[in-house]
Amino acid sequence: MSVISTGQKGERHLLMGNEAIARGALEAGVSVITGYPGTPSSEIIETLARVSKDQNLYVEWSVNEKVAMEVAAAASFAGLRSLCAMKQNGVNVGSDFLLHLALSGTRGGMVLVHCDDPGSLSSANEGESRHFARMLELPQLEAGDFQEAKDMIKWAFELSEEIRTVVMVRSVTRLSHASGNVTFGELARVEKKAFFKHDGFILDPIEGPMASLPAPYKHGQQQEKLKQVIARFEESDYNSYRGPESPELLLITSSACHLYSKEAIGLLGVQDRVGLLKLGTTWPLPPKLMEKYLAITDKILIVEEVIPFLEENVKILAAEFANRIGPKTFFGKREGNIPATNEMNPDLVVTALAQILAIDYAPVPEAYAKRSQELAFFGAPGRDLTFCAGCPHRASFWSIHNTLQMDGREGFVCGDIGCYSMAVLPTGFSTLKTLHSMGSGVGLASGFGKLGQFGMDQPVLATVGDSTFFHAVLPALVNAIHHQSDITIVVLDNSGTAMTGFQPHPGLPVDVAGNQAPAIDVASVCEAMGAVVRISDPFDIEKTQQTLFELFAMKGLKVLILRQMCALSPEKKAQKMFDVSVDETVCIGQNCGCNQLCTRIFKCPGLNWDPDKGVSRIDEVICAGCGVCASICPSGAIQRKEVA
Amino acid sequence: MKNASLPFDPYNVIITGVGGQGNVMASRVIGNMLSRKGLSVTIGETFGASQRGGSVMSHLRISAASYWSPQIPKGKCHLVVSLEPTEAMRVLTNYGNPDVTVLCNTRPVHAIGVISGDQQYPSLEDIRSWVEELSRACWFLNATEKALELGNPILGNIMMIGAAAGIGPLPLDKEDFEAVISETIPADKLGLNLKAYDIGVRMVQPTERFKF
Repeated sequence: MSVISTGQKGERHLLMGNEAIARGALEAGVSVITGYPGTPSSEIIETLARVSKDQNLYVEWSVNEKVAMEVAAAASFAGLRSLCAMKQNGVNVGSDFLLHLALSGTRGGMVLVHCDDPGSLSSANEGESRHFARMLELPQLEAGDFQEAKDMIKWAFELSEEIRTVVMVRSVTRLSHASGNVTFGELARVEKKAFFKHDGFILDPIEGPMASLPAPYKHGQQQEKLKQVIARFEESDYNSYRGPESPELLLITSSACHLYSKEAIGLLGVQDRVGLLKLGTTWPLPPKLMEKYLAITDKILIVEEVIPFLEENVKILAAEFANRIGPKTFFGKREGNIPATNEMNPDLVVTALAQILAIDYAPVPEAYAKRSQELAFFGAPGRDLTFCAGCPHRASFWSIHNTLQMDGREGFVCGDIGCYSMAVLPTGFSTLKTLHSMGSGVGLASGFGKLGQFGMDQPVLATVGDSTFFHAVLPALVNAIHHQSDITIVVLDNSGTAMTGFQPHPGLPVDVAGNQAPAIDVASVCEAMGAVVRISDPFDIEKTQQTLFELFAMKGLKVLILRQMCALSPEKKAQKMFDVSVDETVCIGQNCGCNQLCTRIFKCPGLNWDPDKGVSRIDEVICAGCGVCASICPSGAIQRKEVA
Repeated sequence: MKNASLPFDPYNVIITGVGGQGNVMASRVIGNMLSRKGLSVTIGETFGASQRGGSVMSHLRISAASYWSPQIPKGKCHLVVSLEPTEAMRVLTNYGNPDVTVLCNTRPVHAIGVISGDQQYPSLEDIRSWVEELSRACWFLNATEKALELGNPILGNIMMIGAAAGIGPLPLDKEDFEAVISETIPADKLGLNLKAYDIGVRMVQPTERFKF
């Protein structure tokens, strides 16, 4: 049992932002929750999945974000409240459906929680999903702290149901993955029967069919809904002002930036000079409220992540009000006071404020700052990202890289998103040569594989993860097979969505709530489509490399499934297959001729180089016992003994 | 629930280490222990991609009243709990100040640049002298080795929590530790965790200082 469902009204608990969002959804009486794993959003679904049985919820990890939105919308159409959660680029994936859903409208409250990752702390992009709200004409909310993250979800459901449109609620990594104390409200008890009314008049939003047609009519209705939204936003407590009546500078902000801004104002002690307008309803901006606060000063600083979304929208309103509020001087991203990329922090706000208000600020004595910088050069060697000790990807890319080298035709690998993205780095022997969105490695390979007509004769490979295979690879695979593209696809099957924390996917016999589910077999799917399929264990380096050579020699579309469970998977964690050790009498270190293959090239974190003895050694705390290093050591110094 | 007093408000703690060492767990435990004292705790974490062998930090802001930024401003850390020696240095560079206190586990985790020989791992003696220079007070604890004696290196983190309680400025106590840890571990592991906590408390007693 989890405090998320057992916690009573009035209790106060330390919750991660994503847990606060989950509790908010329960207090709102949500019934259906869907999403696709993606940092920093995944814990919303996981938290609700854990309480799904005692709260009578339906929770699923959908195959991708578009389907997740569709499944959630079905619940809404049938009168239930539904929540859909995803990371920023998930909104891109689902946006085609969302565009049409905005026109058809919803019935039961439907909330889309999209968690952005400013600074790409765990992403391959720092996409800004608020633009979808403006582009698709949907209401946008942004929580400013943990309590709001919970409370705002409940309000979002009420708003959605009242206006009959999906409401977007944006979080960011520094809220979703940060924690704070949250006071609970009452849990809702839901006893609604799901029923889809569909035989009313075609334009009847309550009893008719749900469709985006006729588009201009529905578009007009949608804009009427936005007018009602604005009326609610004008009154919302999620917009608040703190500061003097006529400040020297007005700072406008939202989300985690509100906490950075508050702190920066405190650090500089300028509470009597700077007013802080924190916005929770960021699209459409409530014009009366904005006019009121834009009128209180002539200097305005906008602090936000990542793209100047608020900044542009505030400027449009300021232009509209210009004859009443007079000209304004704006500071922000376009003026360069706030960095145009990457995430914010309190110090960046301090820098902007200090510059605008002409204040000197030094966080520590200059001598300390200088000395600590000097010492860090030797004291804190940088840490490049690496595959974990015992990661099957290291072994897989070792084989792929070496096979391509031995083949000698300058073949290359197209990659996509997952832990295996790190194979663009030395930890994966810099094997990946393209890296874009999920599934795009296979799409690109499908294209490269047709360039033989123009003289291209390099072997083309693509690597995909097992969860990605279902999410976005299937259409690209169909394309490649149908067009007879001459490529090899390697499925790195580690039995879970490893990057985001082992969420199950359609290839596994279990669903998010732990129920049995029919597993869809990747090999059978590929064979049914007409691909040549081979399966190997990546830890068996010799067999894997032989199989790759065999596949390179064949025409058409080949699939190699490299199957080995992730080293961090709950089933495998802390269970060593082998006790690995280095026989110091056999390791001849730099005299071996292997050029320290194990530590210089293979570079598993479980291996160390002992510069004093001139030999390799195993770090027993880190080694996961996969035994792969024993099969790459040319002198047989690394030895492995099966753990009984 | 009782309100506890703090030497500073907010009192800022950074728990740092290398991905996979368990700082998220340590920060959640400390955060929950302090929440039980009626304090308001804001924790900022980095995890995800950076977890794969990268440096990871948890920022804890402990306050009587309100939320604070989930990122501590530069130079404003009061206590660094480092699960790895060079990570203590990295944190001091950005968040240290002449009054900071440091608790540091002595077990190194070599970065792949060190494993490959492209970078050098500094000696523990050097790190200790640098940390002493950059802090008001510091303790170096061989927590991982002690934890290996108990059979599981992860217990080193529990010892570091015990040590943080042992040095005093925060209202951390064993009763809260037991209540918090009981919610996350199987009952048969409770005794071992309490033992690790006690070892940690003892490690920072004056007689044990600077032994490693």
